[in-house]
Order: sequence, then C-alpha cells, then structure tokens
Amino acid sequence: MTVSEWLKATWTRQHQRDGFLLGLAVGIFGITFGVLSISAGLAEWQAVAMSLFMFTGASQFAAVGVIDAGGNPVSALGTALLLAARNGAYALSVGKIMPPGKGRKLLAAQLVIDESSAMAQAQPTLREAQEAFWTTGLSVFVFWNLGTLIGVLVGGIIGDPMVWGLDAAFPAAFFALLLPHLNKREKRRSAFIGAAIAMVAIPVLPSGLPVVLAGFGAVVGARARTKRQGQN
Amino acid sequence: MTWWLLAGLLIGCYFFKVAGLFVAENSRLSPWADRFLSCLTPAVLSGLIIVQTFDFGGELAMGALTVGVATGAAAALLKAPLAVVLVVASATTAVTRLF
Repeated sequence: MTVSEWLKATWTRQHQRDGFLLGLAVGIFGITFGVLSISAGLAEWQAVAMSLFMFTGASQFAAVGVIDAGGNPVSALGTALLLAARNGAYALSVGKIMPPGKGRKLLAAQLVIDESSAMAQAQPTLREAQEAFWTTGLSVFVFWNLGTLIGVLVGGIIGDPMVWGLDAAFPAAFFALLLPHLNKREKRRSAFIGAAIAMVAIPVLPSGLPVVLAGFGAVVGARARTKRQGQN
Repeated sequence: MTWWLLAGLLIGCYFFKVAGLFVAENSRLSPWADRFLSCLTPAVLSGLIIVQTFDFGGELAMGALTVGVATGAAAALLKAPLAVVLVVASATTAVTRLF
C-alpha cells in the first residue's frame, strides 16, 4: 500500500481520522516541550531523546519543569515516574485487545499513552479498538517527535526565558493537562487534596518532596470513593 | 540534565508500559488499584502546579509568575487552545515583571 492509499483509507474511517487529528494537535504540545526544554537548559539531543524514548508528555514536562525550577534530579525522577505509573494501568486494558506476539507487544508498549488508550477504549469492536490504538499511537508519536524537533530549533533562538515569562508556561501547561483528568469526583478530590498537601509541605520540606507527597492525595481520593460507593 | 536522570526517565517510563502489557494476559488490577492509578495523575499534577506557582525558594509567596499562571489557568478554563494558554501565561508574567 502506498502512503497516499493508506491516508485515503484512513481518512474514510472516523476512528482513524480522529486518531490522526489528535496526533496533529499533540504535535503543537511537542513544540512547546522542545522550546521549554531548551529554556530549562537541556541539550537539544536530550529533549529529542526524551520525546522518542519516554514518550509520555506529562512526565516529560514534569522532569524538565523540576530541573528548570532548580529541583534536584531525584525529585525530577520521582515526580516523572509517579506520573508515568498511569501508563501501566492503560497498558493493562490495552493488553486485553492485543493479539499475542512478543515483538509486537514490545513495540506497542511504547505507544501506550493517554490518547491511544482513550481512543481504543471508546471503540465498539475489537478490530476498531486495535486500529484506533495503532493509528492514534503512531500519529501522536510522529507529530510529538516532529513538534519536539521544531521546538528545540526554535528554543535555541529565543534567548533568556525569564524575559519572556516562559517560567510561567510550565505550571500553566500542567493546569491545561490537569483539566481533562478532573472528569470524576474521586479525581477532583485527589487533585484538591494533592494541592493542599503541597501547600502545607512547601515551607517545611526540602524542594521536590512536596510534589511526591501530593501523590498521597490519590490514596485518600481513591479510598473515599470506596467508602461511599453505596451512595454514588 | 545528568546522564543517570535521563537514563532513569527513559527506562522507568518504558517499564510501566511494557509491564502493563505483559501482565495483562493473566491478571487484572483490583478496582481499588485501578482507581488509585487514575487518581494519581490529577493528585501529582495539582501538587506540581502549586509548587511551581507558589514555591519561592522554600516559602509560600506570590509574584509576577503567580499572576501569569492564574491568567493562563483562566484561559485554559475558557477552553483556549494550549498555545494560547501558554502565550497568555508567559506574556502576563513578562509584562507584570516590568512593574
């Protein structure tokens, strides 16, 4: 199949078209990641390597954001991995629709992210779920990395990030990333408790720890739901 | 960014994905674990927002940065595209710093 035939076939099927467009939108995010990485002092190749091999936006932004704010590498790693843990849960549900085959799974694993998992879960049939997963995952992968590359090149010519207020871009980006995760009560509660923990922890604990502790908001948030399940 | 941080990030993030896929065949998460993992992301993200907006060298404070983030957040709530949110947040911060 030639590329144009593939595009044509893809375009006539809604779930694949949606997946493709989703990837295109994520590409814009990729540009932002590239620009902010450079402004945080990363080398170009490091930003590119992160997008290729980490390939999970929130964790990438978090790691770079902590470094940019002067945090230590251990807290950068801890925060990023806490955010990456959800991909493990996505992978469990994607695993149910994957045909067996080790090589294919090793490849598919890298594409397990918010977008591809959500698109796959939204499909009525197994076949469409598989198609949606691969189209969305590959599209996001291509455009995220393309965006990063563009961002890295643009970031180099911007100069001092503080003059442009680019340090405000990280928390603003996290806020935009947070909004879609507030779709359930227990998640809103977790977000609220996480924020409160961080507030209390900032003056008393060394930098880096408040964010890791905020993760406990999820323990409280998830548990509260169990108790009240009868009422919901 | 030091090499071991980069290596830890690359390996750690892939580990979660690949572990989930290979475990999926013969096991399921308990409903509680499932809910916990879905709650972890909003909890950590909101903690991160607070720290990066109000933590000025280990003290809770506000500054030009806080004003910019709040404006960007308002734009996000109004469903502005991400690029607009970031430009609004950055520009507001930069302009506030001039005063």
